[in-house]
Amino acid sequence: MSVRLTTRKVGDVTVVDAAGRLTLGEASSSFRDTIRGLVSKGEKKLLINLGEVSYIDSSGIGELVSAFTTVTNQGGQLKLLNLTKRVQDLLQITKLYTVFEVFDDEAAAIRSFG
Amino acid sequence: MGENKSGETTSVVSYLDSTLESADVAEQIVMAAARELGFREDEQYRIGMAVRESVVNAVVHGNCYSRYKKVQLTVSKYPDRLLVVVADEGKGFDPKSLPDPLAQENLLNQSGRGIFLIRAFVDELEIRRREPAGTEFRLVKYLDRKLDSTGMVPREGERQ
Repeated sequence: MSVRLTTRKVGDVTVVDAAGRLTLGEASSSFRDTIRGLVSKGEKKLLINLGEVSYIDSSGIGELVSAFTTVTNQGGQLKLLNLTKRVQDLLQITKLYTVFEVFDDEAAAIRSFG
Repeated sequence: MGENKSGETTSVVSYLDSTLESADVAEQIVMAAARELGFREDEQYRIGMAVRESVVNAVVHGNCYSRYKKVQLTVSKYPDRLLVVVADEGKGFDPKSLPDPLAQENLLNQSGRGIFLIRAFVDELEIRRREPAGTEFRLVKYLDRKLDSTGMVPREGERQ
């Protein structure tokens, strides 16, 4: 079981819908490649929808952080949408809730990019 | 894989390849044991995650993916707890040397959260050196159920 990633545009925001398990290996590599591909195309407003992500390990958390720094260093913004309780808990205990902007409403998240 | 029973204690030892797939295998083995012991679903998830992180550490940092080295997984079920030992054949490391992933200057580091998460998800974590080589992680998770007057866990159907 791995992660499935699909991207779509809502206005000038790119939404990445992720589903499955974001763990070390093919899944984390696939996620990293997707984010880097979007950034290389000049996409600077990324919203990562984790609503269908059932499981994230420390490597997956690391990929989220890496994606955040990659996009931010390019002058862009990366925000998170629809965290499951387990992912919320992980971000709480790793203090990353203080780093990411998190939304549970897609329209509100899209508007927040300005 | 070997198995021995002594009273209420059952230990199962598995020898896993130094591949990332072994993390999935170990997680499934331990979650099944936790389920059998009566841990709640969210606790099964936490134990499984802690063991996954331990095995990934053993595969990646301990055995460095060597096809000649194995990860030893020992799962012991006690009436009041689950003990999991994950051992590698690597050079070992000093856990005190690991940076604090919660420190402000480390928050945006890509890696370095595995052992922190293990500690967060089990009741006890002990990291020991093995002779002549290797490191073992000893993880303990206690059942939060109360024992009955005989010191035993109530059987299925007798739980409150």
